[in-house]
Amino acid sequence: MVDEPCRAFGRLPDESRTLNALEASDEILIGRIAGGDRLAMQALYARHHVKVFRFVLRLVRNEASAQDLISEVFLDVWRQANRFEGRSAVSTWILAIARFKALSSVRRRKEAELDEEQAEAIEDDADTPEIALQKKDTGEVLRRCLAKLSPDHREIIDLVYYHEKSVEEVAEIVAIPENTVKTRMFYARKKLAELLKEAGVERGWL
Amino acid sequence: MTPNERQELETLLPWHAAGTLGPVDAARVEAALASDQELARHFAIVREEMAETIHLNEALGSPSPRARDRLLAAIDAGPARSPRTPFGAGIARLFAGLTPQAVAWSAAIAALVIVLQAGVIATMLTGERAGQRRATFETASVPEVTPLPRVSAPAPAPASRGSVTAAVPTSASGAASHVLVRFAPDASIADITRFLETNKASVVDGPKPGGLYRLRVNAGGKDELASVVATMQASKIVGFVAPE
Repeated sequence: MVDEPCRAFGRLPDESRTLNALEASDEILIGRIAGGDRLAMQALYARHHVKVFRFVLRLVRNEASAQDLISEVFLDVWRQANRFEGRSAVSTWILAIARFKALSSVRRRKEAELDEEQAEAIEDDADTPEIALQKKDTGEVLRRCLAKLSPDHREIIDLVYYHEKSVEEVAEIVAIPENTVKTRMFYARKKLAELLKEAGVERGWL
Repeated sequence: MTPNERQELETLLPWHAAGTLGPVDAARVEAALASDQELARHFAIVREEMAETIHLNEALGSPSPRARDRLLAAIDAGPARSPRTPFGAGIARLFAGLTPQAVAWSAAIAALVIVLQAGVIATMLTGERAGQRRATFETASVPEVTPLPRVSAPAPAPASRGSVTAAVPTSASGAASHVLVRFAPDASIADITRFLETNKASVVDGPKPGGLYRLRVNAGGKDELASVVATMQASKIVGFVAPE
């Protein structure tokens, strides 16, 4: 490992700079980005772009839009890095930016157009929950039911389970009180249980 | 345990599964899970949901390199920013401008001021309590709680916070190997990132003596590893590569 990831940036040979950027913490990278360091920006992008892309894609449900938005999100990170106060994790801050961008994008699109695109983007050749159940693939049934949840429910489940965000962090990203985070997660899971029941999977929890 | 307490703990199960509860709440949930079979069964359901949510998200793929290129082009097109001066650097500069004698005198005066200030505060506190009955005084303390280990999901875990890696999916054989690599001196971060993504590798250690980096690669057997090494050798940004 690099012994001193915090060594003064700019005084090192190019190779060391590259590798220091790879090893530095998110907070250190944001500090460097605030100072105009493009290399740090690339390191931060490399570290987070996949998860942010997936988060955005689950919200906008359109791959082309998600591809565009990912650049916009990180461009905002570049521009606003000097405003980052360190009160939350960098990944939480980035996800909050991503969410704002994604929802703005969704609002801009017409409802009908969205429905049509959703059908094209999301529907695939995978089995319906019922057919998957006949094949005894309950994991597939669960995933299909997860995909059927409303955007609000899908979002909170993704943030808690996939992005590993705490109650406080979800509250910050979604801009809702912490108690609402807990109740929304509860109702999202309840809805999921209902969908599973409709598909024939009885889990004994509702 | 009251029904309300139980319901509250039930609400916290998803965060317990993800390992994002604070130590106090995590300890409460753990204790309840140990004594409540129904809650433990519910927790198993939560973990199943978590595993499938991760599976679903991992299947979404990655953004194309065009997104990164667009970002870099937009950054390059924007105005250049002057490096921000960190707070610590300002202080360092201030002291650098003083002679050693001036620094020594300043430190002595600062110490004297602190001692005087402490004396004044102590006098004030003693005076305030003079006519009062003797009161007990305790330091505030927080009960020590040993943080619980994170509960790992049965599905592939997402990349940990702070790790620098391209996604490394598990191979069909489920095994991973390591190689030692030295990058060319002119390799940029973009080149290295692309290289890691292309070869489904991640940096796990380095630099070692000779500028070597240890990479984790998705190769189960010797033949698979040899193939990965051969692919890496063909890269222009690699000066040296060998299986570990």
